[in-house]
Amino acid sequence: MPSPRYAKEIPQRYRLEANKCSGCGEVFFPPRLICPKCKGEKFEPTRLSEKGKIDSFTTIRVAPKQFANETPYTVAVVALDGGVRITTQVVDCKPEDIAIGKPVRLVFRKIQEEGKGGILCYGYKAVLS
Amino acid sequence: MLERSVNPACPATAVVLSGVGIIGYGAYLPRYRIKVEDIAHQWGMDPNSMKRGLMLEEKTVPALDEDTITISVAAARDAIKRAGINPQEIGAVYIGSESHPYAVKPSGTVVAEALGICPDVHVASYEFACKAGTEAMWVSHGLVKAGEVKYALAIGADTSQGAPGDALEYSASAGGAAFIMGRDKVVAEIMATYSYTTDTPDFWRREYEHYPQHGGRFTGEPAYFKHVLGAAREILKRTNLKPSDFAHAVFHMPNGRFPQQASKMLGFTKEQMETGWIVSWMGNTYSGSSPTGLAAILDIAEPGQLVLLVSFGSGAGSDGFVFKITEQIKEVQNKANKVRDLLFNNRIYIDYGMYAKFRRKIRMSSE
Ligand SMILES: [Zn+2]
Repeated sequence: MPSPRYAKEIPQRYRLEANKCSGCGEVFFPPRLICPKCKGEKFEPTRLSEKGKIDSFTTIRVAPKQFANETPYTVAVVALDGGVRITTQVVDCKPEDIAIGKPVRLVFRKIQEEGKGGILCYGYKAVLS
Repeated sequence: MLERSVNPACPATAVVLSGVGIIGYGAYLPRYRIKVEDIAHQWGMDPNSMKRGLMLEEKTVPALDEDTITISVAAARDAIKRAGINPQEIGAVYIGSESHPYAVKPSGTVVAEALGICPDVHVASYEFACKAGTEAMWVSHGLVKAGEVKYALAIGADTSQGAPGDALEYSASAGGAAFIMGRDKVVAEIMATYSYTTDTPDFWRREYEHYPQHGGRFTGEPAYFKHVLGAAREILKRTNLKPSDFAHAVFHMPNGRFPQQASKMLGFTKEQMETGWIVSWMGNTYSGSSPTGLAAILDIAEPGQLVLLVSFGSGAGSDGFVFKITEQIKEVQNKANKVRDLLFNNRIYIDYGMYAKFRRKIRMSSE
Protein backbone atom coordinates (compact mmCIF):
# COMPACT_ATOMS: atom_id res chain seq x y z
CA MET A 1 0.00 0.00 0.00
CA PRO A 2 1.39 3.41 -0.92
CA SER A 3 1.70 5.72 2.02
CA PRO A 4 -1.05 8.39 1.96
CA ARG A 5 1.61 10.88 3.07
CA TYR A 6 3.52 10.49 -0.22
CA ALA A 7 0.51 11.46 -2.34
CA LYS A 8 -0.29 14.38 -0.04
CA GLU A 9 3.28 15.69 -0.32
CA ILE A 10 3.47 15.56 -4.15
CA PRO A 11 3.20 19.37 -4.62
CA GLN A 12 6.24 19.84 -2.36
CA ARG A 13 8.23 16.80 -3.52
CA TYR A 14 7.67 17.31 -7.27
CA ARG A 15 7.28 21.07 -7.66
CA LEU A 16 8.81 22.65 -4.52
CA GLU A 17 5.53 24.39 -3.72
CA ALA A 18 5.73 26.51 -0.58
CA ASN A 19 3.65 29.31 0.90
CA LYS A 20 4.52 32.83 1.88
CA CYS A 21 2.94 34.65 4.84
CA SER A 22 1.07 37.72 3.58
CA GLY A 23 1.69 39.40 6.94
CA CYS A 24 5.46 39.12 7.45
CA GLY A 25 6.68 37.60 4.15
CA GLU A 26 8.21 34.48 5.73
CA VAL A 27 8.29 31.47 3.33
CA PHE A 28 7.32 28.04 4.67
CA PHE A 29 8.27 24.67 3.22
CA PRO A 30 6.26 22.57 3.70
CA PRO A 31 3.43 25.11 3.66
CA ARG A 32 1.79 26.04 6.99
CA LEU A 33 -1.69 27.12 7.99
CA ILE A 34 -0.67 29.59 10.71
CA CYS A 35 2.52 31.70 10.64
CA PRO A 36 4.61 30.92 13.75
CA LYS A 37 6.25 34.35 13.48
CA CYS A 38 3.28 36.76 13.22
CA LYS A 39 0.35 34.34 13.77
CA GLY A 40 -1.00 35.41 10.36
CA GLU A 41 -3.39 33.05 8.58
CA LYS A 42 -3.16 34.54 5.07
CA PHE A 43 -0.66 32.99 2.66
CA GLU A 44 0.15 33.18 -1.03
CA PRO A 45 1.55 30.19 -2.97
CA THR A 46 5.19 30.39 -4.04
CA ARG A 47 7.86 28.08 -5.44
CA LEU A 48 11.30 27.53 -3.96
CA SER A 49 14.36 28.32 -6.04
CA GLU A 50 16.07 25.27 -7.57
CA LYS A 51 19.46 26.83 -6.80
CA GLY A 52 21.32 27.01 -3.51
CA LYS A 53 24.50 26.03 -1.70
CA ILE A 54 25.60 23.36 0.75
CA ASP A 55 25.28 24.43 4.39
CA SER A 56 26.38 21.19 6.03
CA PHE A 57 26.56 17.54 5.06
CA THR A 58 27.17 14.01 6.26
CA THR A 59 28.21 10.88 4.38
CA ILE A 60 26.15 7.75 5.02
CA ARG A 61 28.10 4.49 4.88
CA VAL A 62 25.67 2.20 6.71
CA ALA A 63 22.21 2.86 5.35
CA PRO A 64 18.66 1.65 6.00
CA LYS A 65 17.77 -1.49 4.01
CA GLN A 66 16.11 0.27 1.04
CA PHE A 67 19.14 2.52 0.45
CA ALA A 68 21.84 -0.13 1.12
CA ASN A 69 22.91 -0.42 -2.54
CA GLU A 70 23.50 3.35 -2.78
CA THR A 71 26.21 3.63 -0.08
CA PRO A 72 28.31 5.64 0.37
CA TYR A 73 26.05 8.61 -0.28
CA THR A 74 25.82 12.13 1.07
CA VAL A 75 22.92 13.91 2.70
CA ALA A 76 23.20 17.69 2.97
CA VAL A 77 21.37 20.67 4.35
CA VAL A 78 21.02 22.98 1.36
CA ALA A 79 20.32 26.71 1.75
CA LEU A 80 18.21 27.61 -1.29
CA ASP A 81 18.27 31.08 -2.83
CA GLY A 82 15.52 32.89 -0.93
CA GLY A 83 16.52 31.49 2.46
CA VAL A 84 14.64 28.20 2.89
CA ARG A 85 16.78 25.25 4.04
CA ILE A 86 16.04 21.69 2.94
CA THR A 87 17.64 18.33 3.72
CA THR A 88 18.39 16.26 0.63
CA GLN A 89 20.71 13.71 -0.91
CA VAL A 90 23.54 15.05 -3.12
CA VAL A 91 24.01 12.77 -6.15
CA ASP A 92 26.13 12.31 -9.31
CA CYS A 93 29.39 12.93 -7.42
CA LYS A 94 31.77 11.29 -4.99
CA PRO A 95 31.44 12.13 -1.28
CA GLU A 96 34.89 13.79 -1.42
CA ASP A 97 33.69 16.26 -4.09
CA ILE A 98 31.22 17.81 -1.64
CA ALA A 99 32.14 20.81 0.54
CA ILE A 100 30.34 23.46 2.56
CA GLY A 101 29.48 26.48 0.40
CA LYS A 102 29.52 24.60 -2.92
CA PRO A 103 26.68 25.65 -5.28
CA VAL A 104 24.04 23.03 -6.10
CA ARG A 105 20.80 22.78 -8.05
CA LEU A 106 17.81 20.54 -7.45
CA VAL A 107 16.85 17.80 -9.90
CA PHE A 108 13.95 15.33 -10.14
CA ARG A 109 14.98 11.80 -9.15
CA LYS A 110 13.64 8.53 -7.79
CA ILE A 111 13.79 8.66 -3.98
CA GLN A 112 12.82 5.09 -3.13
CA GLU A 113 10.84 2.04 -4.12
CA GLU A 114 8.19 0.82 -1.71
CA GLY A 115 9.30 -2.81 -1.85
CA LYS A 116 9.60 -4.92 -5.02
CA GLY A 117 6.00 -4.50 -6.17
CA GLY A 118 5.11 -1.21 -4.49
CA ILE A 119 4.96 2.33 -5.80
CA LEU A 120 7.98 4.32 -6.92
CA CYS A 121 8.53 7.53 -4.94
CA TYR A 122 10.00 10.54 -6.74
CA GLY A 123 11.19 13.93 -5.52
CA TYR A 124 14.07 16.39 -5.48
CA LYS A 125 17.77 15.71 -4.96
CA ALA A 126 20.74 18.04 -5.30
CA VAL A 127 23.59 17.88 -7.84
CA LEU A 128 26.73 20.06 -7.80
CA SER A 129 26.31 22.89 -10.31
CA MET B 1 11.02 18.41 -60.65
CA LEU B 2 11.30 21.81 -62.34
CA GLU B 3 10.02 23.80 -59.35
CA ARG B 4 13.07 22.74 -57.39
CA SER B 5 15.52 24.59 -59.58
CA VAL B 6 13.21 27.62 -59.76
CA ASN B 7 12.86 28.03 -56.00
CA PRO B 8 15.41 25.94 -54.09
CA ALA B 9 14.42 27.49 -50.75
CA CYS B 10 10.91 26.05 -51.01
CA PRO B 11 11.20 22.97 -53.16
CA ALA B 12 8.24 21.02 -51.83
CA THR B 13 5.52 22.46 -53.98
CA ALA B 14 3.28 19.49 -53.33
CA VAL B 15 3.33 20.07 -49.56
CA VAL B 16 0.87 22.51 -47.99
CA LEU B 17 2.51 23.90 -44.86
CA SER B 18 0.23 23.72 -41.83
CA GLY B 19 2.26 26.06 -39.63
CA VAL B 20 2.46 23.34 -36.94
CA GLY B 21 5.78 22.14 -35.61
CA ILE B 22 8.24 22.07 -32.74
CA ILE B 23 8.11 25.21 -30.53
CA GLY B 24 10.49 23.97 -27.83
CA TYR B 25 12.84 21.01 -27.38
CA GLY B 26 15.14 19.60 -24.73
CA ALA B 27 17.32 16.55 -24.13
CA TYR B 28 18.83 14.79 -21.16
CA LEU B 29 21.68 12.30 -20.81
CA PRO B 30 22.87 10.78 -17.51
CA ARG B 31 26.43 11.72 -16.49
CA TYR B 32 27.73 8.18 -16.04
CA ARG B 33 29.61 6.42 -18.86
CA ILE B 34 31.14 3.03 -19.50
CA LYS B 35 33.68 2.49 -22.27
CA VAL B 36 33.10 -0.24 -24.85
CA GLU B 37 36.57 -1.62 -24.09
CA ASP B 38 35.62 -2.19 -20.42
CA ILE B 39 32.60 -4.26 -21.47
CA ALA B 40 34.73 -6.17 -24.02
CA HIS B 41 37.40 -6.97 -21.40
CA GLN B 42 34.73 -8.32 -19.05
CA TRP B 43 33.66 -10.92 -21.64
CA GLY B 44 37.11 -11.68 -23.11
CA MET B 45 36.32 -9.97 -26.43
CA ASP B 46 38.80 -7.92 -28.46
CA PRO B 47 38.01 -4.27 -27.58
CA ASN B 48 39.24 -2.84 -30.88
CA SER B 49 37.20 -5.15 -33.07
CA MET B 50 34.09 -4.45 -30.97
CA LYS B 51 34.67 -0.68 -31.25
CA ARG B 52 35.32 -0.88 -35.00
CA GLY B 53 32.47 -3.29 -35.69
CA LEU B 54 29.84 -1.27 -33.84
CA MET B 55 31.48 2.16 -34.36
CA LEU B 56 30.97 2.86 -30.64
CA GLU B 57 33.35 4.39 -28.08
CA GLU B 58 31.26 4.55 -24.91
CA LYS B 59 27.66 4.71 -23.71
CA THR B 60 25.61 6.52 -21.07
CA VAL B 61 24.56 4.66 -17.91
CA PRO B 62 21.66 5.83 -15.73
CA ALA B 63 22.35 6.44 -12.02
CA LEU B 64 20.47 4.22 -9.56
CA ASP B 65 17.86 6.97 -9.09
CA GLU B 66 17.32 7.68 -12.79
CA ASP B 67 14.68 6.07 -15.01
CA THR B 68 12.46 6.92 -17.99
CA ILE B 69 10.34 9.18 -15.75
CA THR B 70 13.23 11.28 -14.35
CA ILE B 71 14.90 11.52 -17.79
CA SER B 72 11.57 12.67 -19.27
CA VAL B 73 11.14 15.37 -16.61
CA ALA B 74 14.66 16.72 -17.16
CA ALA B 75 14.29 16.83 -20.97
CA ALA B 76 10.77 18.31 -20.80
CA ARG B 77 11.85 21.08 -18.40
CA ASP B 78 14.35 22.26 -21.02
CA ALA B 79 11.70 22.00 -23.76
CA ILE B 80 9.34 24.19 -21.70
CA LYS B 81 12.16 26.69 -21.04
CA ARG B 82 12.85 26.97 -24.77
CA ALA B 83 9.15 27.22 -25.70
CA GLY B 84 8.63 29.88 -23.03
CA ILE B 85 5.05 28.75 -22.39
CA ASN B 86 2.90 28.19 -19.31
CA PRO B 87 3.02 24.37 -18.80
CA GLN B 88 -0.69 24.37 -17.91
CA GLU B 89 -1.46 25.15 -21.55
CA ILE B 90 -0.05 21.75 -22.60
CA GLY B 91 -3.07 19.60 -23.44
CA ALA B 92 -1.35 16.27 -24.09
CA VAL B 93 1.67 14.46 -22.64
CA TYR B 94 2.82 11.39 -24.57
CA ILE B 95 5.87 9.36 -23.59
CA GLY B 96 7.35 6.71 -25.84
CA SER B 97 9.62 4.19 -24.12
CA GLU B 98 10.55 0.54 -23.94
CA SER B 99 11.45 0.92 -20.26
CA HIS B 100 8.47 2.57 -18.60
CA PRO B 101 9.12 2.07 -14.84
CA TYR B 102 5.58 0.79 -14.26
CA ALA B 103 4.02 -2.05 -16.25
CA VAL B 104 0.64 -0.52 -15.42
CA LYS B 105 0.54 3.27 -14.71
CA PRO B 106 1.61 5.64 -17.46
CA SER B 107 4.95 7.42 -16.95
CA GLY B 108 3.19 10.59 -18.10
CA THR B 109 1.10 10.75 -14.91
CA VAL B 110 4.21 11.41 -12.82
CA VAL B 111 5.88 13.55 -15.51
CA ALA B 112 2.84 15.80 -16.05
CA GLU B 113 2.46 16.24 -12.29
CA ALA B 114 6.14 17.12 -11.86
CA LEU B 115 5.92 19.68 -14.68
CA GLY B 116 2.76 21.29 -13.22
CA ILE B 117 0.55 20.32 -16.17
CA CYS B 118 -2.14 18.31 -14.29
CA PRO B 119 -5.13 17.91 -14.29
CA ASP B 120 -6.32 19.38 -17.65
CA VAL B 121 -4.26 17.03 -19.82
CA HIS B 122 -4.52 13.86 -21.90
CA VAL B 123 -1.76 11.38 -20.98
CA ALA B 124 -0.65 8.15 -22.66
CA SER B 125 2.35 5.83 -22.91
CA TYR B 126 3.58 4.65 -26.28
CA GLU B 127 5.51 1.47 -27.02
CA PHE B 128 7.08 0.35 -30.29
CA ALA B 129 10.63 -0.77 -29.46
CA CYS B 130 12.99 2.05 -30.48
CA LYS B 131 10.46 4.19 -32.33
CA ALA B 132 8.05 4.89 -29.47
CA GLY B 133 9.46 8.43 -29.14
CA THR B 134 8.67 9.40 -32.73
CA GLU B 135 5.20 7.84 -32.32
CA ALA B 136 4.57 10.32 -29.48
CA MET B 137 5.83 13.12 -31.78
CA TRP B 138 3.62 11.90 -34.61
CA VAL B 139 0.42 11.89 -32.53
CA SER B 140 1.28 15.21 -30.82
CA HIS B 141 1.74 16.86 -34.20
CA GLY B 142 -1.58 15.45 -35.43
CA LEU B 143 -3.54 16.65 -32.38
CA VAL B 144 -2.18 20.21 -32.63
CA LYS B 145 -2.79 20.25 -36.37
CA ALA B 146 -6.40 19.10 -35.81
CA GLY B 147 -6.90 21.89 -33.28
CA GLU B 148 -7.68 19.46 -30.43
CA VAL B 149 -5.00 20.89 -28.12
CA LYS B 150 -2.99 24.12 -28.15
CA TYR B 151 0.30 22.44 -27.21
CA ALA B 152 1.31 18.78 -26.97
CA LEU B 153 4.43 17.39 -25.28
CA ALA B 154 6.08 14.36 -26.90
CA ILE B 155 8.95 12.53 -25.22
CA GLY B 156 11.16 9.62 -26.26
CA ALA B 157 13.22 8.24 -23.37
CA ASP B 158 14.71 4.90 -22.34
CA THR B 159 16.98 3.13 -19.87
CA SER B 160 17.02 -0.16 -21.74
CA GLN B 161 19.56 -2.91 -21.28
CA GLY B 162 20.74 -6.05 -23.00
CA ALA B 163 21.47 -9.33 -21.24
CA PRO B 164 25.02 -9.56 -19.78
CA GLY B 165 27.42 -10.68 -22.52
CA ASP B 166 24.86 -10.08 -25.30
CA ALA B 167 25.87 -7.80 -28.18
CA LEU B 168 23.19 -5.35 -27.04
CA GLU B 169 25.11 -4.75 -23.83
CA TYR B 170 27.68 -2.70 -25.76
CA SER B 171 25.06 -0.30 -27.08
CA ALA B 172 21.95 -0.16 -24.82
CA SER B 173 22.14 3.17 -22.99
CA ALA B 174 19.99 5.83 -21.31
CA GLY B 175 18.69 9.25 -22.29
CA GLY B 176 15.88 11.06 -24.00
CA ALA B 177 14.50 14.11 -25.73
CA ALA B 178 11.28 16.13 -25.44
CA PHE B 179 9.45 18.21 -28.04
CA ILE B 180 6.54 20.59 -27.62
CA MET B 181 4.33 20.86 -30.69
CA GLY B 182 2.41 24.05 -31.32
CA ARG B 183 1.33 26.61 -33.87
CA ASP B 184 2.97 29.85 -32.71
CA LYS B 185 6.68 30.59 -32.41
CA VAL B 186 7.49 27.38 -34.30
CA VAL B 187 11.25 26.64 -34.48
CA ALA B 188 11.00 23.62 -36.80
CA GLU B 189 7.89 23.33 -38.94
CA ILE B 190 6.77 19.80 -39.82
CA MET B 191 6.44 19.70 -43.60
CA ALA B 192 5.57 16.02 -43.89
CA THR B 193 5.24 12.78 -41.98
CA TYR B 194 5.21 9.22 -43.28
CA SER B 195 5.12 5.86 -41.51
CA TYR B 196 6.18 2.44 -42.87
CA THR B 197 5.22 -0.69 -40.89
CA THR B 198 5.29 -4.50 -41.40
CA ASP B 199 5.15 -7.61 -39.20
CA THR B 200 8.85 -8.53 -38.87
CA PRO B 201 10.11 -10.81 -36.04
CA ASP B 202 13.51 -9.13 -35.59
CA PHE B 203 13.35 -8.31 -31.87
CA TRP B 204 10.82 -8.86 -29.10
CA ARG B 205 10.29 -9.37 -25.40
CA ARG B 206 7.46 -11.49 -24.01
CA GLU B 207 5.65 -10.37 -20.88
CA TYR B 208 7.51 -11.22 -17.61
CA GLU B 209 10.79 -11.78 -19.48
CA HIS B 210 13.55 -9.48 -18.21
CA TYR B 211 15.65 -9.18 -21.37
CA PRO B 212 14.56 -8.93 -25.00
CA GLN B 213 15.46 -11.54 -27.63
CA HIS B 214 16.49 -10.91 -31.19
CA GLY B 215 16.14 -13.05 -34.26
CA GLY B 216 19.76 -12.77 -35.40
CA ARG B 217 19.40 -12.82 -39.18
CA PHE B 218 16.31 -10.59 -39.05
CA THR B 219 17.98 -7.59 -37.40
CA GLY B 220 19.84 -6.03 -40.33
CA GLU B 221 18.61 -6.25 -43.93
CA PRO B 222 14.92 -7.26 -43.53
CA ALA B 223 14.37 -5.09 -40.46
CA TYR B 224 16.43 -1.91 -39.99
CA PHE B 225 17.40 -1.28 -43.61
CA LYS B 226 14.10 -2.29 -45.21
CA HIS B 227 12.08 0.01 -42.96
CA VAL B 228 14.48 2.98 -42.69
CA LEU B 229 15.11 3.03 -46.44
CA GLY B 230 11.42 2.39 -47.17
CA ALA B 231 10.28 5.32 -45.02
CA ALA B 232 13.04 7.68 -46.23
CA ARG B 233 12.48 6.96 -49.95
CA GLU B 234 8.71 7.36 -49.70
CA ILE B 235 8.78 10.64 -47.73
CA LEU B 236 11.31 12.06 -50.23
CA LYS B 237 9.04 11.02 -53.08
CA ARG B 238 5.93 12.50 -51.47
CA THR B 239 7.63 15.83 -50.71
CA ASN B 240 9.39 15.93 -54.09
CA LEU B 241 12.73 16.37 -52.29
CA LYS B 242 16.12 14.78 -52.87
CA PRO B 243 18.91 14.11 -50.33
CA SER B 244 20.92 17.16 -51.42
CA ASP B 245 17.99 19.45 -50.42
CA PHE B 246 18.67 18.65 -46.74
CA ALA B 247 21.19 20.29 -44.44
CA HIS B 248 20.92 17.49 -41.87
CA ALA B 249 19.59 13.95 -41.59
CA VAL B 250 19.28 11.62 -38.62
CA PHE B 251 18.33 7.95 -38.64
CA HIS B 252 17.77 5.59 -35.72
CA MET B 253 21.17 4.69 -34.25
CA PRO B 254 21.19 1.10 -32.84
CA ASN B 255 24.97 1.27 -33.34
CA GLY B 256 27.27 3.60 -35.22
CA ARG B 257 27.41 1.58 -38.42
CA PHE B 258 23.74 1.04 -39.42
CA PRO B 259 22.78 4.74 -39.83
CA GLN B 260 26.00 5.43 -41.75
CA GLN B 261 25.26 2.55 -44.15
CA ALA B 262 21.61 3.60 -44.57
CA SER B 263 22.60 7.21 -45.30
CA LYS B 264 25.11 6.09 -47.92
CA MET B 265 22.52 3.87 -49.63
CA LEU B 266 20.13 6.84 -49.76
CA GLY B 267 22.74 9.28 -51.06
CA PHE B 268 23.35 11.43 -47.98
CA THR B 269 26.86 12.71 -47.28
CA LYS B 270 29.01 12.46 -44.14
CA GLU B 271 28.50 16.20 -43.57
CA GLN B 272 24.72 15.86 -43.55
CA MET B 273 24.94 13.03 -40.99
CA GLU B 274 27.65 14.48 -38.74
CA THR B 275 25.54 16.60 -36.34
CA GLY B 276 22.86 14.05 -35.51
CA TRP B 277 25.20 11.03 -35.39
CA ILE B 278 25.94 11.13 -31.63
CA VAL B 279 25.68 7.38 -31.07
CA SER B 280 29.42 6.79 -30.80
CA TRP B 281 29.49 8.54 -27.39
CA MET B 282 25.86 8.15 -26.32
CA GLY B 283 25.09 4.53 -27.26
CA ASN B 284 21.62 3.42 -28.30
CA THR B 285 19.05 5.25 -26.18
CA TYR B 286 16.25 3.31 -27.94
CA SER B 287 13.15 5.56 -28.02
CA GLY B 288 15.44 8.51 -27.29
CA SER B 289 17.91 7.74 -30.11
CA SER B 290 16.84 9.63 -33.25
CA PRO B 291 14.91 12.25 -31.18
CA THR B 292 18.11 13.16 -29.28
CA GLY B 293 19.96 13.25 -32.61
CA LEU B 294 17.29 15.71 -33.80
CA ALA B 295 17.79 17.83 -30.65
CA ALA B 296 21.54 17.94 -31.41
CA ILE B 297 20.69 19.18 -34.92
CA LEU B 298 18.28 21.83 -33.61
CA ASP B 299 21.08 23.08 -31.30
CA ILE B 300 23.03 24.33 -34.32
CA ALA B 301 20.48 24.49 -37.17
CA GLU B 302 20.09 27.65 -39.28
CA PRO B 303 16.83 29.23 -40.48
CA GLY B 304 15.63 27.83 -43.82
CA GLN B 305 17.44 24.50 -43.48
CA LEU B 306 15.61 21.21 -44.09
CA VAL B 307 16.07 18.26 -41.73
CA LEU B 308 15.10 14.60 -42.31
CA LEU B 309 14.44 12.26 -39.37
CA VAL B 310 13.72 8.55 -39.79
CA SER B 311 13.26 6.39 -36.70
CA PHE B 312 13.15 2.60 -36.50
CA GLY B 313 11.36 0.30 -34.09
CA SER B 314 11.71 -3.46 -34.17
CA GLY B 315 8.60 -5.39 -34.88
CA ALA B 316 8.91 -3.39 -37.19
CA GLY B 317 8.36 0.15 -38.43
CA SER B 318 9.87 3.53 -39.27
CA ASP B 319 8.48 7.05 -38.87
CA GLY B 320 9.76 9.77 -41.19
CA PHE B 321 9.58 13.54 -40.59
CA VAL B 322 10.66 16.46 -42.76
CA PHE B 323 11.32 19.65 -40.77
CA LYS B 324 11.91 23.18 -41.99
CA ILE B 325 13.88 25.36 -39.56
CA THR B 326 12.48 28.87 -38.97
CA GLU B 327 14.02 32.19 -37.86
CA GLN B 328 12.68 31.49 -34.34
CA ILE B 329 15.34 28.78 -33.81
CA LYS B 330 17.91 31.47 -33.01
CA GLU B 331 15.74 32.68 -30.09
CA VAL B 332 15.70 29.30 -28.33
CA GLN B 333 19.02 27.55 -28.99
CA ASN B 334 20.84 29.10 -26.02
CA LYS B 335 17.97 28.97 -23.53
CA ALA B 336 18.69 25.45 -22.21
CA ASN B 337 21.22 22.58 -22.24
CA LYS B 338 22.70 21.57 -25.58
CA VAL B 339 23.15 17.90 -26.49
CA ARG B 340 26.89 18.13 -27.13
CA ASP B 341 27.41 19.71 -23.68
CA LEU B 342 25.42 16.88 -22.07
CA LEU B 343 27.46 14.43 -24.14
CA PHE B 344 30.97 15.71 -23.45
CA ASN B 345 30.89 17.79 -20.22
CA ASN B 346 30.99 16.37 -16.68
CA ARG B 347 31.28 12.72 -17.66
CA ILE B 348 31.83 10.22 -14.81
CA TYR B 349 33.43 6.96 -15.97
CA ILE B 350 32.56 3.72 -14.18
CA ASP B 351 34.03 0.23 -14.47
CA TYR B 352 32.10 -2.97 -15.23
CA GLY B 353 31.63 -3.84 -11.56
CA MET B 354 30.05 -0.48 -10.79
CA TYR B 355 28.03 -0.75 -14.01
CA ALA B 356 26.63 -4.14 -12.96
CA LYS B 357 25.59 -2.62 -9.64
CA PHE B 358 24.01 0.42 -11.31
CA ARG B 359 22.05 -1.74 -13.74
CA ARG B 360 21.11 -4.21 -11.00
CA LYS B 361 22.74 -7.07 -12.89
CA ILE B 362 23.90 -8.41 -9.53
CA ARG B 363 21.43 -9.06 -6.75
CA MET B 364 22.12 -7.29 -3.47
CA SER B 365 21.60 -9.16 -0.20
CA SER B 366 19.12 -6.44 0.75
CA GLU B 367 16.81 -7.21 -2.20
ZN1 LIG C 1 3.93 35.83 9.22
